[in-house]
Amino acid sequence: MVSDAASLDALENVRVELLGKKGRLTAALKSIGQLPAEQKPAAGQAVNKAKQRVQTLIDQRRHVLDDAALAEKLTADALDITLPGSGTPTGGLHPLTLTIERVSALFAQLGFETAIGPEVEDDYHNFEALNIPAHHPARAMHDTFYFDVNRLLRTHTSSVQIRYMKTIEPPMRVIAPGRVYRCDSDMTHSPMFHQIEGLLVDRDIALSDLMGHLDAFLTSFFDQDDCEIRYRPSYFPFTEPSAEVDIRINKGPWIEVLGSGIVHPSVFQSVGIDTEEFTGYAFGIGVERLAMLRYGVTDLRLFFENDLRFLSQFH
Amino acid sequence: MKLSEKWLREWIDPPVDTAGLSAQLTAMGLEVDEVVSAAPEFAGVVVARILGIRPHPDADRLRVCDVDCGADEPLQVVCGAPNARAGLVTVLAQVGGRLPDGTVLKKAKLRGQVSMGMLCSGAELGLSDDASGIMELPEDAPAGLDLIQYMALDDSIIDIELTPDRGDCLSVRGIARDLSARNDLPLLRHEAASVPTRMVRQWPVRVEKDTACVRYTGRLVSQLSLDRASPAWMVERLRRAGVRAINPVVDVTNYVMLELGQPMHAFDADKLRGSILVRQATAGEQLVLLDGREMTLDQDTTVIADERGAIGIAGIMGGESTAVDQRTVNIFFESALFLPERIAGKPRRYASHSESAHRFERGVDPAGQVEALEYATELLLGIAGGQAGPVGDWQDSARLPQRGTVLVRRSRLMRILGIDPDVQSVSTLFTRLGISTVAVDDGWQVVAPSYRYDLAIEEDYIEEVARILGYDAIPRTSPVHRPVLRPVPENRLPSMASKRLLAQRGYQEVITYSFVDESRQSVLRPDLPALKLANPISSELAVMRTTLVGGLITTLQRNLARQSTSMSLFETGLRFLANESGQPVASLDSCIAADHGGDLQSDPGVQQQNMIAGLVAGRRQPENWNASAQEADFYTIKSDIESLFSQANELPVTYVPVQLALLHPGQRAGILLDGKPVGYVGALNPSLQQALDLPLLPFVFELSLAALSGSRVPRAIPMSRFPQVRRDIALLVDEAVSYQAIVDVIRAQAPAMLQDIRLFDVYQGDKLPEGKKSMALGLILQEFSRTLEDSEVDQVITAIVAALEVAHGAVLRI
Repeated sequence: MVSDAASLDALENVRVELLGKKGRLTAALKSIGQLPAEQKPAAGQAVNKAKQRVQTLIDQRRHVLDDAALAEKLTADALDITLPGSGTPTGGLHPLTLTIERVSALFAQLGFETAIGPEVEDDYHNFEALNIPAHHPARAMHDTFYFDVNRLLRTHTSSVQIRYMKTIEPPMRVIAPGRVYRCDSDMTHSPMFHQIEGLLVDRDIALSDLMGHLDAFLTSFFDQDDCEIRYRPSYFPFTEPSAEVDIRINKGPWIEVLGSGIVHPSVFQSVGIDTEEFTGYAFGIGVERLAMLRYGVTDLRLFFENDLRFLSQFH
Repeated sequence: MKLSEKWLREWIDPPVDTAGLSAQLTAMGLEVDEVVSAAPEFAGVVVARILGIRPHPDADRLRVCDVDCGADEPLQVVCGAPNARAGLVTVLAQVGGRLPDGTVLKKAKLRGQVSMGMLCSGAELGLSDDASGIMELPEDAPAGLDLIQYMALDDSIIDIELTPDRGDCLSVRGIARDLSARNDLPLLRHEAASVPTRMVRQWPVRVEKDTACVRYTGRLVSQLSLDRASPAWMVERLRRAGVRAINPVVDVTNYVMLELGQPMHAFDADKLRGSILVRQATAGEQLVLLDGREMTLDQDTTVIADERGAIGIAGIMGGESTAVDQRTVNIFFESALFLPERIAGKPRRYASHSESAHRFERGVDPAGQVEALEYATELLLGIAGGQAGPVGDWQDSARLPQRGTVLVRRSRLMRILGIDPDVQSVSTLFTRLGISTVAVDDGWQVVAPSYRYDLAIEEDYIEEVARILGYDAIPRTSPVHRPVLRPVPENRLPSMASKRLLAQRGYQEVITYSFVDESRQSVLRPDLPALKLANPISSELAVMRTTLVGGLITTLQRNLARQSTSMSLFETGLRFLANESGQPVASLDSCIAADHGGDLQSDPGVQQQNMIAGLVAGRRQPENWNASAQEADFYTIKSDIESLFSQANELPVTYVPVQLALLHPGQRAGILLDGKPVGYVGALNPSLQQALDLPLLPFVFELSLAALSGSRVPRAIPMSRFPQVRRDIALLVDEAVSYQAIVDVIRAQAPAMLQDIRLFDVYQGDKLPEGKKSMALGLILQEFSRTLEDSEVDQVITAIVAALEVAHGAVLRI
């Protein structure tokens, strides 16, 4: 009777019929009271045994039926696991932000902290304090956007050097990423672009240290790529000696990626650092150049066109 | 500057090929930008002599020439050039030859006459601009010789990009000097000899004090025949240096400037009136320059003048009234020295960036004036005949640039370069550079040569050592570093955290220009004064942005045009507010901010505020089989802002009504952090949507990054072990009553046991009276140390409802 129950409901009916308040075994148990006293123990034992047996059978049967019901539900619930997931996909950061973050993380290992400075600058911080007096021919290298006689858009992040050195006591290690501006616009020039300034001031900083650090940085930045590095003497009014750094990735052409040098004594003088006690190096990295080389971007203007088809490639 | 390799090798000839020479120059800081062949791309062109010439029988404009090009038999060539004549030595592109434009010559018949090639003009061969006739070579040019060989065209043009400190290298000799030091080879050429003077006449010259001029040399050269042309070799060298030949006088001055670095000028002596006077310009003085422009001069400008007035701006450009031309017979040659600091800035002011100004601005050798004058005279007499007068040489020796003695310490050299070369090799290196050097105990006493304006301090000389040894000779080292553990404040959040959060929530970061279109911006923020650029690159990029939202809208428009239909964008960066009071906002040096999104209020008259702005348009999610499209709305963008603030700090953030024309009047909020305004959020004003022709209504926000830079340091508190009780209430209130107003009343009324308020329904519609709305709230109550009794919960809820009724006429819905 129990094993015939085809469903949990049917099984329950069987249970009620046998073990319920009005069930047959319940009735049998009640009827024991009417038996002679000497028969009662044996009869009670027999009925209870029967009840237990029935209960066990019911439990077993319920187990079987439960398993079958679960198996059926599992089959019914099966999904097409290849359907795409739902929800909001993540966005992404701009490749120039990624590049700046990558550079910052590398220099952080060497103990460099990050600083930022204003983009609308005055003549003093952008030129004068960097040993570029008015009418200096080097100003011709900077096509400067002006607001008036004194105010301009910074042409390089080197202005942050001055602000930092006036605030912090040496020794110091700092990088300063940010937007810079020059009034020049064509295939290979954008009127706004990004630089990362680096400055290390300590007691005995030599050109060899600058080259050691930049070598380590560039080879780490380009990771698996074959990166050759070339230092050329150059001229920046705020460094002496100065070096322009070209790199060649995977045997491509030589590309200039940064300018650097030993901080010029005039710059230390303008911020009140003792030139006999301290020396330092400084560099300015072209972020767009680095990003182009690293990510295979061939047109500078793509960075500022903000075409989502381009930007989403960096997710 | 561009120069011919052959010309350079006349001065110095290191045993390296062109590539090697370029590499040497670049390694010395004289960066070679490009090396190109001096010969235009032609082949099979030879020197040819026209033996005879006759009219073409069937064409008026053509003639038939018999041309000797070294072969046994003359060739017949048809030619249309007006200057073709018997006896002329010219050039023939032979059959099989190739012209720079790619034409390959074939045996041809021109109106029935056979032509075995083509007689060419300079323009056709890419050698000059002259297309008026065929080239005319000197009579002694050997017929049949390949033109490339004859004109020494197997030469390279080396284009060197010089840094502004190396004015001394703006000449063949200057470059040769550096190569001489690098290769330890002597220069092959020496100073020009003086030219014998054949007349005594001298033009009177007077130089006033305190002008830009510290040395003025000059002489008369008379009886010139300027109908003669400069020789082909000179014209060719000029061409290779990028200079066009004009007439022998101009060509010679250019040639000498290119070779020796001394700019010169020639005045037509017959156009001069009275003595030459070098003086400061008078206020408002007028001068018509050689190029025909009329200039009004400033008093800080030095001029060359005669009795009638200015005849040239010193060192920059001569005047039209005394210019040399074809009819000139007598000239006054000027070879002077003007101080760089007095010339600097003037070429820009007068928009006259001449080669001469370029050199004077960077510094010309104070010792080279007479030599250049002699050399130029020699060259000119050789071309145009004539005779030279005596050299006049005026100088203000006290003001001549001096090269001081500098002590270069060996210890300093080691410290700056990280190398320790031996004393003798450094002495030798300095000497090769023309630096007079004495080895002393702790280094070298040095004096720079007169032409090196860039050598002034110890470090300049140290750089010379590295430059000539080559940077490759410097080892790579890592400086000793004693790291200091700097505190990392946990309650300061870098701006990257906000950027990353938005990116994770589906936003794409963009970077747009900081300068924008003025009229477009003023539509968005008419209330904010923008800072105007004095020299914008275009009118679309003329003012600094006062809001980052403009760039996001432009980005939206561009991407809609590229068939994107939905997007979430953000940007961070400075906005610039003109501070019209003109007062400094903070002291100049207080603006260093670690990268925590602080504001930069450094500059007088401008506030530079670090902002983060976002724009969401269309769907928040891409099309998906599993979800109905969720269009962006006010509340989805608000949740992004709530996330930004919740990771940033625990200060109270409130959303309040705001007057902002940029935003939809019914869907806009000002954002207060701890009561202070820090930004806004809302739908774009539909009137702007229409004006900008946007197919969908974007939602935007803009926040001060400084407001997101705080972070809270978590403070753990124990959790209650007793159960929470939740009571739901539905309130009927006037439409105008805000949720915030309800919450404020509940918070004010509720005892500490009120843990949370959960708004789970807002309803407005048919089932409610006109002008009413229903809000359903779940109130979560819990005591820390005991189980709440139903009766006390009832009491609290009753009190809250009563307070809401008093404050806002709220009625409990059953």
